[in-house]
Amino acid sequence: MTVRTADQSAAEGFWLIRQYNRLTLRQRRTLMGYVFIAPFILGFLFWWLGPAAVAGYLTFHKWNFLAAPKFVGMANITKMFGDPILAQSLKVTVIFSAISVPLSLVFAFFLANLINAKFRFIAIFRTIYFLPSIVPAVANAILWAWLFNTEFGLINYVIRAFGGPKIGWLQDPNWVMLAFVILTVWGVGGSMIIFLAGLQGIPQIFYEAAEIDGAGRWQRTLYVTLPMMSPIIFFNLVIGFINSFQIFVSALLITEGGPQRATLFLVLHIWRTAFGSQKMGYASVLSWLLFAILMALSFVVFRYIGSRVYYENPGE
Amino acid sequence: MGFSETPADFVDARRQPKSYGDIFFHWLTVFLLVFFAVVMVTPFIWLLSSSLKTQINIFQYPPQLIPNPIVPENYLFAMTYKPFGTYFRNTILVAGLNVTAVVFTSSFCAYGFARMRFPGRDFWFGIVMATLFLPYAVLLVPSFIVFSRLGWVDTFLPLVVPPFFGGGAFNIFLMRQFFRTIPEEIADAARIDGCSEFGVYWRVMLPLSKPALITIGIFTLLFAWNDLIGPVTYLRSPENFTIAVGLASFRSQFDVNWDLQLAASSAVTLPVIVLFFLAQRYFIQGVVMTGLKG
Repeated sequence: MTVRTADQSAAEGFWLIRQYNRLTLRQRRTLMGYVFIAPFILGFLFWWLGPAAVAGYLTFHKWNFLAAPKFVGMANITKMFGDPILAQSLKVTVIFSAISVPLSLVFAFFLANLINAKFRFIAIFRTIYFLPSIVPAVANAILWAWLFNTEFGLINYVIRAFGGPKIGWLQDPNWVMLAFVILTVWGVGGSMIIFLAGLQGIPQIFYEAAEIDGAGRWQRTLYVTLPMMSPIIFFNLVIGFINSFQIFVSALLITEGGPQRATLFLVLHIWRTAFGSQKMGYASVLSWLLFAILMALSFVVFRYIGSRVYYENPGE
Repeated sequence: MGFSETPADFVDARRQPKSYGDIFFHWLTVFLLVFFAVVMVTPFIWLLSSSLKTQINIFQYPPQLIPNPIVPENYLFAMTYKPFGTYFRNTILVAGLNVTAVVFTSSFCAYGFARMRFPGRDFWFGIVMATLFLPYAVLLVPSFIVFSRLGWVDTFLPLVVPPFFGGGAFNIFLMRQFFRTIPEEIADAARIDGCSEFGVYWRVMLPLSKPALITIGIFTLLFAWNDLIGPVTYLRSPENFTIAVGLASFRSQFDVNWDLQLAASSAVTLPVIVLFFLAQRYFIQGVVMTGLKG
């Protein structure tokens, strides 16, 4: 730096500014970059790596919050393999995901196609379809507990009006899973809107070209819409799996994990282990398990489904 | 964006006379639209109707669709039996701090990721994306231990301090995507006029990003209003409860009083729906931006 301004001369007195002035342009840019992303880096250290280190430490300890943590070696980890409640909770979580994710995806895609139609009052329908997804989780849980009420719930009333049986939605372990799937599918508004935006982003010219080539309505959906939408379908699939593995509030409030642990989903089980039975060490191990499952799942989805996704502008 | 309808005039102009298939398809679409609208809306109507019934009428088979008599007193009782005023104040406090934190720190970090070039930037952005896909539930227990060591349990601190550190991966991502749509020339012009990098962020980028900032602000507000898992983990004394915890504790106390539970639920839901109608555009924009760009 040979050109000196009055400002810089005045700043000579401050050590920090002197140091800064000595930096090359490139170094200054790097410094400024890190200043800008510093909040995130600090947050990552405090709220992600810190807790992860704690979880790592507690993995090998037994701790009930009161006494000092006691070293137990691999006991927490071996315990996991012989825990029938954990096995049950994994089973119901996987079943719930396996049913609710594809169903929600198909339903959201279907609704998005419906509200992509050009009608005069279509905006009203779009609003109606989206509203369920913003209902507060607790209010949502109370509402659905009441809808599924065996004696006085609306759902059983409709079923019985058509001559069906009285179903113990929240009492019968075989039905309760379906109840949870239904209430999840009701709230697909978010992914529906993402699909809708994707549908509106497909250039009309592709449909016209397909039509000229003699493609019918179904062929246009199959050969134009689906390939063009595949990145968005993929995105909704990944998010859907991650969310479904974390189902918690509705299980806590509607069924408290019952009946007969049929809705003891993994996060609820972790929650109870930590804050119910105060087994912080074992709860940490279960948190690692959830982490590992989600990582493995993401890997599989990216590896085997992600490779089939069509990108119009790769590398963007 | 939003619920606007795309002009399709030229498509219609070259339409041939409608075939029977087209007419059938048109009416099938109308039928399905109405059918699913009824399915989606019925739970809301049922919520409203049940919340206005007497204790006796609510346990009646077959159920009344329009309550007779209508009992708005349920709302009054539900809202005053538990200190919902306090819950509301607490929620507004938490939500207000969260919105402030997210709007300023996520845009600040996003500026670094979107507009600065420096070694390590892509590595750190990779970490941002990793935390985006790494759910909150995984860290629930270890974070609780950290916060209890800090002595923060039963205060608002665990709910309001972390957002000041970057404001969450989702918001950083969204702001970064938005910043990248603003032409760099505008920032360069400001730099030539003697603006520092902070000045470019504060005087140029932030004012140009109002729609995106409003979007993430509304999403944060909605999250703070709806979130149960954070408050229920950290807040112990009833005078610290937020709306969501208050409603959950109301439910456990009035287990069989469905009229009151539903009145409380619909009272808690109403502000969210009002917010949605006021800011529909930003909701849609936010949802869409999570899914599409990138």
